[in-house]
Amino acid sequence: MENLENRTEVVLLACGSFNPITNMHLRLFELAKDYMNATGEYNVIKGIISPVGDAYKKKGLISAHHRVVMAELATQTSKWLEVDTWESLHKEWIETAKVLTYHQQRLEARNSDDSEPDSASLVLPGGKRKRTGDAQDLSEQKPSASQKKGPPQLKLLCGADFLESFGVPNLWKLEDIATIVGKYGLVCITRSGNNAEKFIYESDILWKHRNNIHLVNEWITNDISSTKIRRALRRGQSIRYLVPEAVQQYIEKHNLYSSESEDRNTGCILAPLLKAKQ
Amino acid sequence: MKCKIPVILLACGSFNPVTNMHLRLFEVARDHLHQTGMYQVIEGIISPVNDKYGKKDLAAAKHRVAMVQLALQTSNWIRVDQWESEQKEWIETVQVLRHHYSELLRSLPRRKEATSSRAESEIPTEGIATPAHTAAPELKLLCGSDVLKTFQTPNLWKDEHIQEIVEKFGLVCVTRAGHDPKQYISESAILTRYQHNIHLVKNVVQSDLSATAIRQALCRGQSVKYLLPDSVISYIEDHNLYLEESK
Repeated sequence: MENLENRTEVVLLACGSFNPITNMHLRLFELAKDYMNATGEYNVIKGIISPVGDAYKKKGLISAHHRVVMAELATQTSKWLEVDTWESLHKEWIETAKVLTYHQQRLEARNSDDSEPDSASLVLPGGKRKRTGDAQDLSEQKPSASQKKGPPQLKLLCGADFLESFGVPNLWKLEDIATIVGKYGLVCITRSGNNAEKFIYESDILWKHRNNIHLVNEWITNDISSTKIRRALRRGQSIRYLVPEAVQQYIEKHNLYSSESEDRNTGCILAPLLKAKQ
Repeated sequence: MKCKIPVILLACGSFNPVTNMHLRLFEVARDHLHQTGMYQVIEGIISPVNDKYGKKDLAAAKHRVAMVQLALQTSNWIRVDQWESEQKEWIETVQVLRHHYSELLRSLPRRKEATSSRAESEIPTEGIATPAHTAAPELKLLCGSDVLKTFQTPNLWKDEHIQEIVEKFGLVCVTRAGHDPKQYISESAILTRYQHNIHLVKNVVQSDLSATAIRQALCRGQSVKYLLPDSVISYIEDHNLYLEESK
């Protein structure tokens, strides 16, 4: 970890339902950080979890409030992960490209703020709820030369299924894909035998920005998914050790997942698909 | 109400270190046995192997036991047992089963008192006081399907021990990716004969997680967070375990 100052600072952003958050989601961050830091070029300073808003209308999606609380409980034991509610607090569904833009602006505002020590605190709407005074936290992590370096790079963290969703008709706008991979960049956790490389090769837009897509191999594979968690809960089976202890207790306490909750948004059209029709 | 058979699940192994996957085996096995409607799992026991087992890279039993203990702090039904690791010699799994079975029989009156209603305790009891409606408790060996496969490894297990395990006790085997437990059973005459005592449990959440992979990641300085409990990770760091590359 020598000479961190010369490295490009990176903030990883994960967007998704987190319905509920699982150990697998949290592992993606750990794997991505290890990988990026091991390149010798990057220094991952923060990970942000941004649960999708209720207007996404995915089947079985429980209220953003609960999903945010669970993500917050899950990140309590992490030194570098935090939850952001900006996306989830919006009444309307927000495109991932816009979520990235919002966070990029925040990082830039914070960066210029850092170089002006006297400026007032940077309160932006819908800020983090995790800690108070985390502006200080960040400045502690940052090397002193931060004003020369500019803001950290924001990259979207995802699993291979996310990458492949770029191929689902009408789910993504082409210009949004271009923004995500062109302006920001992707860190994508894949498995050997998964076709991430082929998928990139076969997509002109992804191929063009292939140098901005970091494929990280997950050697210790892990099949935990939120779908499986919800299914186990409906069947009265244990989800222990698949989600953090605090999340499991919260789910139990509020009896969050049942066949009724799974029927939520049944028959609804997924927000991005609806938008594409309009 | 139909009377259910009380079951204790025993897992033997290195637990070097214990991982979330080990803990999952217990949860998955208990769910499966309960959903048969025949069993009531009353306890889970983790028995880390003795240092004399002599496996490469095996951390001292006191550490392995301590880590299991930490991992089980949040469990209300699984406990660690040191008897096996405290013996002077390595002992065979079947002996560990025998020991815990006799412990189970000894503790039975106590357990019954704790669970039975007042009306039952008024019934005069004589000799081996098992009321007719109470099923005899069973101790079953909990394992992954990789263990089932090792039954085929020449000279690793004695045939009479395999027979005793599946005849007298029983196996609960959680299947693991890349293993076909049914095939292992059909390839063995003993296992085939006692297959009614072998519960195969499908693990819907497959994982490659192993203690070996954890040790590898640790000595490469990679994160193992969320693969094993935080308390165990802190213990490993505090005691500088698993730092050396294995030869």
